[in-house]
Amino acid sequence: MEVLLSLIIGVLTAGGVYLLLRPRTFSVILGLALLSYAVNLFLFASGRLALQAPPIIDPAANQYTDPLPQALVLTAIVIGFAMTGFVVMLALKAYAKLNSDQVDGRDLPDPKR
Amino acid sequence: MNHLVIAPVLMPLVTGIILVLGGGILSLSACRALGLAAVWVQILLAVELWQLIKDGSVLVYHLGNWPPPWGIVLVADRLAVWMLILTAVLALFALLQASQGVDRAGRHFQALFQWQLFGLNGAFLTGDLFNLFVFFEILLLASYALLVHGGGAERVRAGLQFTVINLVGSTLFLFAAGTLYGLIGTLNLADLAVRISQAAPEDLGLIGVASCLLFAVFALKAALAPWHLWLPSAYAAAAAPVAALFAIMTKVGVYALLRMQSLFFAGTSPLSGLYGGLLLTLGLATLLLGAVGALAATALRQQIAQLVVASSGLILVAFSLETKTGIASGLYYLTHSTLAVAAFFLLAESIARGRARFADWLIAGTLPKQAGVLGASFFLIALSIAGLPPLSGFIGKLALLQAALASPHWPWILGVVLVSSLILILALVRSGSLLFLNVQSTGRSALPPRHKRDSLWPAFGLISLGLALTLGAASILELGLMTAEQLLAPGVYIQAVLPRVGS
Repeated sequence: MEVLLSLIIGVLTAGGVYLLLRPRTFSVILGLALLSYAVNLFLFASGRLALQAPPIIDPAANQYTDPLPQALVLTAIVIGFAMTGFVVMLALKAYAKLNSDQVDGRDLPDPKR
Repeated sequence: MNHLVIAPVLMPLVTGIILVLGGGILSLSACRALGLAAVWVQILLAVELWQLIKDGSVLVYHLGNWPPPWGIVLVADRLAVWMLILTAVLALFALLQASQGVDRAGRHFQALFQWQLFGLNGAFLTGDLFNLFVFFEILLLASYALLVHGGGAERVRAGLQFTVINLVGSTLFLFAAGTLYGLIGTLNLADLAVRISQAAPEDLGLIGVASCLLFAVFALKAALAPWHLWLPSAYAAAAAPVAALFAIMTKVGVYALLRMQSLFFAGTSPLSGLYGGLLLTLGLATLLLGAVGALAATALRQQIAQLVVASSGLILVAFSLETKTGIASGLYYLTHSTLAVAAFFLLAESIARGRARFADWLIAGTLPKQAGVLGASFFLIALSIAGLPPLSGFIGKLALLQAALASPHWPWILGVVLVSSLILILALVRSGSLLFLNVQSTGRSALPPRHKRDSLWPAFGLISLGLALTLGAASILELGLMTAEQLLAPGVYIQAVLPRVGS
């Protein structure tokens, strides 16, 4: 399970970083989203991976999972969601204002023209 | 437990909520009065807090009465309250300027302004790493909206880049916090400090990696080279009162770096000196790059933004010394540069409007209206920022150079600070003479005055605060020494948050 999870986090991060470095705002936003998925999984794993263990005190349980990372992930998801929503709106506004979806606001020369 | 500690956080939050909910009912002048009153109350609260902690005690507020390290705490020590006072005073003048008409250019300016203060005050007071992240997000979200306030292609473009770079920073912050939690099992700053000092040797490598990630995040906020490239376009595009308030935003990063350094990497810590070396090298590079950038700037507001970069570098060089006098001089310079740069942004707006189509481009153009007053103010601010006697910039730099003599790297610090000061003088002389002396035609600008005469009082207020900083330099440096003393003995902070550990 550890190997699988770390592979997933690694692939998501790599994809996120690659997309972040693209020139168009759409891929940049996708990159940000992938990075935030990666970091959410990472935070979740920082409390160690325990299967079928309750996070709160239960007399029947002999093993617990750490509840704090779950609270952190919840906060991070909410903030990430709000930020993604905001950046999508901002990118749309930039596209309308600048007539270009390049991150630096300048269009690349179109090879077809 | 003193409830005064949480008041500077709640005050702007509640005011912002009232401003949004009452947006339809309250008139514009009522909104302005409410915003200004809230900022006044924040100044009073911060000064009152200072009275309580002046004797060196550290006030700890347990949210929900959960004891740390399980609950979240707010901690008011001298450094935090120093930053609170500076923020509130700066906010007052920025808001006075905004109330002259900028706040009409879009909706909810007043509410966003209060929420920006909410995030700033929270970031200074919090004693928890994850809570610091949350307050960073709050202040950033407000700043994204404030930056594009008023609209226009340039602002939207700068706003998009600013947002994306800061979202990447936030992600890095979460990676760093997650690594630290996974290794150490706590996010409370005081508890982290205790456990880092007792960490097993095999964990130190990963703790160092997480700390370097944190360093990158805070350096991005503080505009430390090579993470400073986002700043000039963002600050130059913002409306004047927003840019003036943003002068404190880089200081949040500076504050966080100083806090982490003093708690985690002080003398006896196994990782001691981890931040010090980085801060010194990168601070000097930032100072030089900022100065060269100011010389190369093509417009006044870009030049001021480069001055922000240079001042960040200088402050962090002072903090990297890790001595009482070094940190005190850094705190003094931080206060000076925040006020001076904010005044400069307010002034630049008036100059740009006065020059009509030449705006703030650094080219020979028409003489702005009110040239005498504007020129005199420009001269005062430029003197102060370049660090020429007798104003506050000179005192701050002098104190830093004196403190640096004790460091083994003193030739580097002295050399870079003096050379960069020379470059800054050249840059400011160039822009001053282009704006006020090298005038194309002596006639007044042909355009009819669209705006009524700008009131320059907020800028004058900030300049006179700078003069007060000069006159009261001895006592303020004394307060800085007291603050530095507290930072260099992190045991007091840790003991206050976790009473059981020290005993």
